[in-house]
Amino acid sequence: MNRSSDEQVLHLALVGAPNTGKTTLFNGLTGGRAKTANYPGVTVERRTGQFRTPAGHTVELVDLPGIYGLAGRTLDERVAVDAITGKIEGESAPDLLLIFLDACSLRTHLHSVLELKALGRPSVLVLNMIDLAKRDGMEIDVKALEKALDIPVIPTNAARASGREALINRIDDILDQTRQHPGPAQTTISPSVLKSLQIEARKIADTVIVKEAGMNVLTRRLDGLFLHPLIGPIILASILFFMFQAVYSWANAPMDLIDHGFSQLYGLAKQIQPAWLASFLGDGVIAGLGSVLIFLPQITILFGFILLLESSGYMGRAAFLMDELMRRAGLNGRAFIPLLSSFACAVPGIMATRTIESERDRLTTIMVAPLMTCSARLPVYTLIIAAFIPRENVWIFNQQGLVMFGLYLAGVFSALVVAFVLRKTATKGETQPFLMELPSYKLPQWRDFLLGLWQRIWVFLRRAGTIIFTVAIILWFLASFPHSDEGIRGSFAGMIGNVLLPIFKPIGFRLETVIALVPGMAAREVVVAAMGTVYALQGNEDQVAQSLSHILQNAWTLPSALAFLAWYVYAPQCFATIAMVRRETNSLRWTLFMVGYLFALAYLAAFVTYHIAMYFTG
Amino acid sequence: MSTKQKKLNELSQNEAARVCGFFENNKAMVVKLREIGFAEGDEVEILGRGLLGGTPISVRLNQTVIALRTREAALVKVESGA
Repeated sequence: MNRSSDEQVLHLALVGAPNTGKTTLFNGLTGGRAKTANYPGVTVERRTGQFRTPAGHTVELVDLPGIYGLAGRTLDERVAVDAITGKIEGESAPDLLLIFLDACSLRTHLHSVLELKALGRPSVLVLNMIDLAKRDGMEIDVKALEKALDIPVIPTNAARASGREALINRIDDILDQTRQHPGPAQTTISPSVLKSLQIEARKIADTVIVKEAGMNVLTRRLDGLFLHPLIGPIILASILFFMFQAVYSWANAPMDLIDHGFSQLYGLAKQIQPAWLASFLGDGVIAGLGSVLIFLPQITILFGFILLLESSGYMGRAAFLMDELMRRAGLNGRAFIPLLSSFACAVPGIMATRTIESERDRLTTIMVAPLMTCSARLPVYTLIIAAFIPRENVWIFNQQGLVMFGLYLAGVFSALVVAFVLRKTATKGETQPFLMELPSYKLPQWRDFLLGLWQRIWVFLRRAGTIIFTVAIILWFLASFPHSDEGIRGSFAGMIGNVLLPIFKPIGFRLETVIALVPGMAAREVVVAAMGTVYALQGNEDQVAQSLSHILQNAWTLPSALAFLAWYVYAPQCFATIAMVRRETNSLRWTLFMVGYLFALAYLAAFVTYHIAMYFTG
Repeated sequence: MSTKQKKLNELSQNEAARVCGFFENNKAMVVKLREIGFAEGDEVEILGRGLLGGTPISVRLNQTVIALRTREAALVKVESGA
């Protein structure tokens, strides 16, 4: 960033421990108008926004990932530390640090304020959630704290506008006072340095805390329930069950609507002359856009739940409950959140691994994320199950539902096994620690919720959407040229299918299936539409799915169908995921490894399924 | 009441104790424990344990709650009955 051209703009960084209300204040000050970009060289999001002070200064705020100190280990934390200390290329250190401290944990976290202050940057302490501390019975002498720290201290209320105003009212004074040259930065952190900071911090805490509060009563009670060794896991399982139910039932109506809309557009596009243009717009552009947007309802609902769980403070508890199970598979409790997101789509899941501390744990999590059954696999599962699995009940359970559930379980179980094997071989190393603060429970703020949701959806559309769309266009070309009487069979895709056929024959795939897998590279669910094209169907997508199911019943045997389902549990073919793994691991080797092992597992599973089914059906 | 030194993970549930030091054989981990807030003199209390093998544990550290595995908790020296 070129600082000389915008001399007037002051750069403020929001720093502090996670869950101290940085993002709420950021949203409040900037009115939610944030720009997200990446830090150079890394994929950590850089969220910035502007606001104007009463005296007319333009201030640019940057919302940094939460840190407890300067010894940052995760990718997120290292970026935050580098941003504060001005080590990011092309960016100078911020003009002012707004250091956030949760008033309730003043005693425990004050030393990190001292650590940040020791950097010598102009700083202000935002003593946030002072209202909650008061409610718990805590009394703090703010004047004394200000004197002891020798920086301005602004008490603010959690999430209320009044907190924001207290800051805005003093910001100009502070800006005028603090425009000075920063002192030398101290960044070497050792146990002894920390110990002396802590001793100093505890001394200050003893003088400024007029009345100490007990632990938040609500949090203590809720934890008694949510972290109970038996009741806790049951509650977690119920929450997840409800969440997945909601994702699939609530998303139906909007998905139908999107589907219908695109069918209409498709119909209109098909009337355009010349025919190749109609095909390009219809089968290429509109079908490509449709295959991205159709995921939006499910992804929005799943992200919504995840955000609620995060902002209420529950997500840390879920990580706690899952930690030991995941440790035994070689993962970390923190991997729970990325893997949960992967049920919507592996792309945001892989991005969410940035909060995992150890590079090995992070890599292992990225490698297994595509094994979580993403929403793109559902149309495939639905089609095959509807065609081949009878609608009968086994005891009280619907057989089709059981098969679907089994496919989900197969993915999760495989992920645990793959993670276990990886940690014993390729990502071998010491067990990584699990250490996290469990924030007190809070009611989510609707404004932060909506902004956060929008931000995540936007990132998904930008990342996954552009890739899926581009690939869809390329694959349209492969499936449409050269023109022949045989339709897709005579096209490049058909030729590729013919070449690949010998590989897939042993697992029971026919030529039509293999050809459909080629355009299915764009996104897994595209295989359904592609199969429709291969079997030369006309009509909108609903009709395709229905009649396709009839055609498959006649064209495929049960073993082929089951093998196809088994293939899709692992199905490596998703360009968006592959591209994201390449970005996030920054390693071609790991990317190829992931594609290779998924392909091998898909092949193996389909092979075994096909031959076992052949044996039983004669 | 006499005081007794033990490791944080050896406390029984809701037994009041104070941090009195760290086992410095894992310096990197001690830095992390200190950064997240453990310091000499702090009140600690085990609030709960996980189902499998009694790990991880949730610990009240002054007014905050920290989750950590028994392995990491074993680096924190505490004095109970103080």
